[in-house]
Amino acid sequence: MLNGGSTSHGDTMTAPGTKPAPLAGSASTAPALRRRLPLVEWAVFGAFAVLPFLLADFLTVFASRLMILALLAISFDLVYGFAGIMSFGQALFFGAAGYSVALLARDLGVSSVLVVLPAALGVGLVLSWLVSSFLLLGRHPPSVTFVALGTLTAAFAAEELARSWYYLGGQNGIPGVPQLTLGHFEFSDLAFYYLVFALFAAVYLLCRALVRSQFGLALAGIRDQEQRLGFFGYRIDTFKTIIFTIAGAIAGLAGGLYAYHEGFVWPSMMGVVLSTQIVLYCLFGGVGTLIGAVLGVIAIESATYALSEQLPTIWPVVLGIILLVVILFRPTGLIGLVVSERERTGDFGRPGPGAPRGTSSDAA
Amino acid sequence: MLLEASAIGKSFGQLRALDGVDLAVSAGEIHGLIGPNGSGKSTLLKCIAGAERPSHGRVLFAERDITALPPSERARAGMSIKFQITSVMPALLVYDNVLLALQAHDRLRDLIASRTRRGLDAQITETLAAFRLERRAAALAGELSHGEQQWLEIAMALATGPRLLLLDEPTAGMSLEERRVTGTLLRPIKTRCAIVIVEHDLDFIRDICDVLTVLDQGRVIASGSVADIQANASVQEVYLTRV
Repeated sequence: MLNGGSTSHGDTMTAPGTKPAPLAGSASTAPALRRRLPLVEWAVFGAFAVLPFLLADFLTVFASRLMILALLAISFDLVYGFAGIMSFGQALFFGAAGYSVALLARDLGVSSVLVVLPAALGVGLVLSWLVSSFLLLGRHPPSVTFVALGTLTAAFAAEELARSWYYLGGQNGIPGVPQLTLGHFEFSDLAFYYLVFALFAAVYLLCRALVRSQFGLALAGIRDQEQRLGFFGYRIDTFKTIIFTIAGAIAGLAGGLYAYHEGFVWPSMMGVVLSTQIVLYCLFGGVGTLIGAVLGVIAIESATYALSEQLPTIWPVVLGIILLVVILFRPTGLIGLVVSERERTGDFGRPGPGAPRGTSSDAA
Repeated sequence: MLLEASAIGKSFGQLRALDGVDLAVSAGEIHGLIGPNGSGKSTLLKCIAGAERPSHGRVLFAERDITALPPSERARAGMSIKFQITSVMPALLVYDNVLLALQAHDRLRDLIASRTRRGLDAQITETLAAFRLERRAAALAGELSHGEQQWLEIAMALATGPRLLLLDEPTAGMSLEERRVTGTLLRPIKTRCAIVIVEHDLDFIRDICDVLTVLDQGRVIASGSVADIQANASVQEVYLTRV
């Protein structure tokens, strides 16, 4: 492994001998880790910010769908990519929140953004808290398989329930979800797009801050060495419950927006197929970076959009093969093509900017 | 007494790994646990740390009954363990590994707001320097040599300022030179906390321990000062016939 010596550059700057701090503020030391993730993040959010001016209207609608699904993918990345909890239940929180806001509109005539969004968040939050206290808080740390099967079963059961319950519209779901409102203002296509964009950006920034905080460091520890962390004194269950519940709330928010985006809700919105799809978005884009999940959604959904008409019958097979190839040969996903392994797995903020990195071992 | 484990029994199915073991450790003492393979040393350590729940007996730590407490609460009471198998976080920086250990008892809202990180920086540097790792702060823990990983583990186990440190074979897999260094690194710690060490290397343990307890087939066969143990006939028999 390369150590400080190989950077040969300014012995005072790169000698990690004294404190990790000397690198603070020395962004000009060339061999220091060049961060590529922020560039990707700027590119993605910059593109979404201006897309409506570049694209035809129907593509703008498609782009808002991408952002909503990206929120959903981020919620999965939070639990799996950062805390190692394999959840197949994200669609459950998504769909349940979607149904809830659809019922609010149908039965109570409420479509105000001030009610709908908190309701969607709340449904996701409460439901995921219930699921987590059931699945994650046993006497012994639950296995990945246990949590995966547990969440999968919950999603499956919810989908079947929605399918057979007359009140929820059965097989057909609930149609006729109106447009979101704020007073007399209606969020039509463009306004809805920017509402979604604002929420997407806000949620992304909050999650980004969270996973790079000391709390995020603890989550990374739990992901890598769950039992060891307990012996340091971490109350693992609390950490898992918090991140699972935050992710559930985000999935709920996405579900509420999706109901208004599509104009109706239907049973498979909370089912196993969508849950699996979310996992694939994240694995394809790369887990554990947040932006990787977003890239996964953009890549898979755009390709599906563009190619499913030309290759209607064969496309699902092609998609399946592409996903398989990526997961087998590029386990770090698309984002792994852009950023170094070092930046992908071990990037937490420092007390001083940039410290204590500076050895060039990311080149190793 | 800082630690009092009394009449500890542990069975795995038919196997009786521990059978009525007593162990008392006072503050500031380095207490060695020795015995042939399978004598129950590691199991005893795990019962003390909470990795295993004893089938019988109870564990008192600082006058408090901790027999039923989960590991995290034992850690918060001032107990720390370094396992035999290295369990550093390989994908995280050496620096972050130590931070992870140091912040373990901080309040959740401080962790979410990253409020304690700046204040811990000096302590992290100090901890790394004490274990000759200061030059490796920016390396990934997985890139360290085996010996360095063991030191990092001991550094992390000590980081939270425990009153009792449990070490399971701290020199396993180390070179002679690394063992010697480990000995010099451990000795000054004695002023800060009591240590219980499980070791195979008798030369190593003779040099640094105040008290030795010898286990054989899940029972204590002798306990006392290093000189007493060396003179003890039954200990010699166990070691001559079985090792």
